Amino acid sequence: MKHLDEYRDAEIAHRLAAAIHSEAANSGRRYRLMEFCGGHTHAIFRYGIEDLLPANIEMVHGPGCPVCVLPTGRLDMAIRLAKRVGVILASYADMLRVPGSKGQSLMKAKADGADIRMVYSTLDAVKLAEANPDREVIFFAIGFETTTPPTALAIETAAKKGLTNFSVFCNHVLTPSAIAAILEAPAVRELGTVEIDGFLGPAHVSVVIGSQPYEFFAEEYRKPVAISGFEPIDILQSILMLVRQLNEGRAEVENQYIRAVTRDGNVRAKQAVSRVFELRRDFEWRGLGHIPYSALRLKDEFAAFDAERRFDEPYIPTEGIKACECPAILRGAKKPTDCQLFGRACTPETPLGSCMVSSEGACAAYYTYGRMREAAQ
Amino acid sequence: MNITSRPTRLAARRLDLAAGRVDLTHGAGGRAMQQLIEEIFRPAFDNPILARGDDQAAFDVAAGRMVMSTDCFVVSPLFFPGGDIGSLAVHGTVNDVAMSGARPLYLSAGFVIEEGFPLADLQRIAMSMGEAARAAGVAVVTGDTKVVERGKADRLFVNTAGIGVVPAGVEISGGRARPGDAILISGTMGDHGVAIMAQRAGLEFETTIVSDSAPLNGLVADMVAAVPTIRVLRDPTRGGLAATLNEICHQSGVGMRLDEAAIPIKSEVLGACELLGLDALNVANEGKLTAIVPATDAARLLSVMRAHPLGRDATMIGEVIADPARFVRMATRIGGERIVDWLAGEQLPRIC
Amino acid sequence: MCHALPVKIIALTGPDTAKVSLGGIVKEISVALIDDPKIGDHVVLHVGYALAKIDEAEAERTLALLAAEGGEALAEFAAAEAPP
Repeated sequence: MKHLDEYRDAEIAHRLAAAIHSEAANSGRRYRLMEFCGGHTHAIFRYGIEDLLPANIEMVHGPGCPVCVLPTGRLDMAIRLAKRVGVILASYADMLRVPGSKGQSLMKAKADGADIRMVYSTLDAVKLAEANPDREVIFFAIGFETTTPPTALAIETAAKKGLTNFSVFCNHVLTPSAIAAILEAPAVRELGTVEIDGFLGPAHVSVVIGSQPYEFFAEEYRKPVAISGFEPIDILQSILMLVRQLNEGRAEVENQYIRAVTRDGNVRAKQAVSRVFELRRDFEWRGLGHIPYSALRLKDEFAAFDAERRFDEPYIPTEGIKACECPAILRGAKKPTDCQLFGRACTPETPLGSCMVSSEGACAAYYTYGRMREAAQ
Repeated sequence: MNITSRPTRLAARRLDLAAGRVDLTHGAGGRAMQQLIEEIFRPAFDNPILARGDDQAAFDVAAGRMVMSTDCFVVSPLFFPGGDIGSLAVHGTVNDVAMSGARPLYLSAGFVIEEGFPLADLQRIAMSMGEAARAAGVAVVTGDTKVVERGKADRLFVNTAGIGVVPAGVEISGGRARPGDAILISGTMGDHGVAIMAQRAGLEFETTIVSDSAPLNGLVADMVAAVPTIRVLRDPTRGGLAATLNEICHQSGVGMRLDEAAIPIKSEVLGACELLGLDALNVANEGKLTAIVPATDAARLLSVMRAHPLGRDATMIGEVIADPARFVRMATRIGGERIVDWLAGEQLPRIC
Repeated sequence: MCHALPVKIIALTGPDTAKVSLGGIVKEISVALIDDPKIGDHVVLHVGYALAKIDEAEAERTLALLAAEGGEALAEFAAAEAPP
């Protein structure tokens, strides 16, 4: 498969690992690099990339997993919407098994008779509305900037077709806001200092927003950024770039994923999003608390397609479990193995916290691919 | 005219196989059900034991250890590229019996049919089962049919049970893997699951992949005759290779180390798995097996497997190691390490 | 969730749709978010939409950069491990 197999090549990995070892070895310093995106976390564990790195490079896992950062209260709203008579709730597969409050989930609601359909694309949700004019189709929208343009297009398509039975329950969130929240870390005393030396920037968020938005972080916080493709070779090359920047005292935005990311990103996609959505003043993130201007809602002119305005469902915030270390883990202050619940009460089958619910969460990825390391200790 | 010379018929009319449907009378044990057996099942399965028409099958058993296995089949859709629920039901049970090293002999077949099921489809499935059984060298010698009301069963469920005889001196079981043993597989992983997924509404992709559903008893017979030291045989069906290898680790109290680059997977299967976010090692197979054998016999076993049509792509993928934690570890393509875990639940329902 | 894949356009099927191939698997997707899609182009596919074209020249450049990495380091390590 072109543009995929080349970036999984063992020989290139071997050479990159040698270069990383060589350049990180003699500096006498530690390198704490955060990969923001859950997809990168998943790849790091799935390929065992940390086995190729020297001991003085530590990968810190970030909160870039939209399933992980969605508050339980918002999932509860989706479940309640799905249970309403006449509603078809369309959702990406990722959300179906996530536990909500009181042991509920979309999967369980479906078993109880709610009409919940898994869709691969937002266009499938629009087609559902067209095919079922007597039903209310609600699309459960989640995701960072990668996933938002498809939702925008679906809403515009529904508007163009004059559909009156289609709406979106919008939970789209923004990457730069989350990065800022990590770097600001107001609860540093509570959760422990987060010393992060550099960032691996998300691959596909950056395809949409471009490399330009990260320049603020590099300049303001003096942290180097390497926007990285998804494949193991991409990740290794980006780590090498960050090691070099840190060794040379630079704090720039470098683009490793040049084959797909430009400085401006996908202008068409960004325009579609700004036509349909506007910023929410505030949004609660699971594990990170309230972050201002970090999420999107539908503009007034699309109010008819906004499930929150169409249906009167209250948001009821919920408390996390006391022993759950997700808030610290999402900020990179703690590791999955630092949590008492990890691998015992909390596993991918019985997830208690957000880091375990999605396969891209740090705890889930570590448990699924890497927990033999713990056994060895 | 003498009444007794009029030929007796079960029913006034033959079944309308082209356009007719199964109804509740066909499961009631009376004449309608007999007609179903006479006109569909008996011709399809066609063997002397079944032809006797008894409620049970009687046969002589060879001396030696007998093996018995059973499986239920609820696959959806009923017809898929490379097979159907009927051929799958034959292959599945033949393979389960064969994985003990036994020679499969006889099958039973049970059908739970939803009212309204087309007779044409039932005949097609029965014929497919008959062909599959003949090709595997087994006979369907007894069976049962029930019909349930509309909505009480999703079109058709099939159960098959099978028996076989284990040749003397053959001791194959999941608990026999030992550190140092070689782990072999007979061919490409993930074909069946992808073929099924391509048919599912909502997933919608085009592929040339067909199910690998096949009877493995011929391959097993060759393998066991040439290399009697085989320790474990198992076919990785639901849950894929990952589930099978983890099961063996737990039964044998060992760990494993695999080499990702050595595991053969078709390019389209890789593509489908990438698209759906699945791991091919978790995807079902229906015509492949894994064999664990002392390392010194691995090369010989591989050449025997490759000489058989169902083992052309056979290859060694790793070795058994000592590990109290019983992990299946894998060296990844780029030289790192990860574990190959078994999944808690079904990635996709009703794949078999 | 941000999982996206490089796929090849093998047919244009409508004003905003195309058929793409990944390893031989064929799927119909939306190309509404990219400019001037052409048969033979590789695009990044995410939840049924092409998000960007893959720039072949930049991809070549990446591979060339990769080819130049690590040779010296490997030689150094080999020299360090060689018996005196």
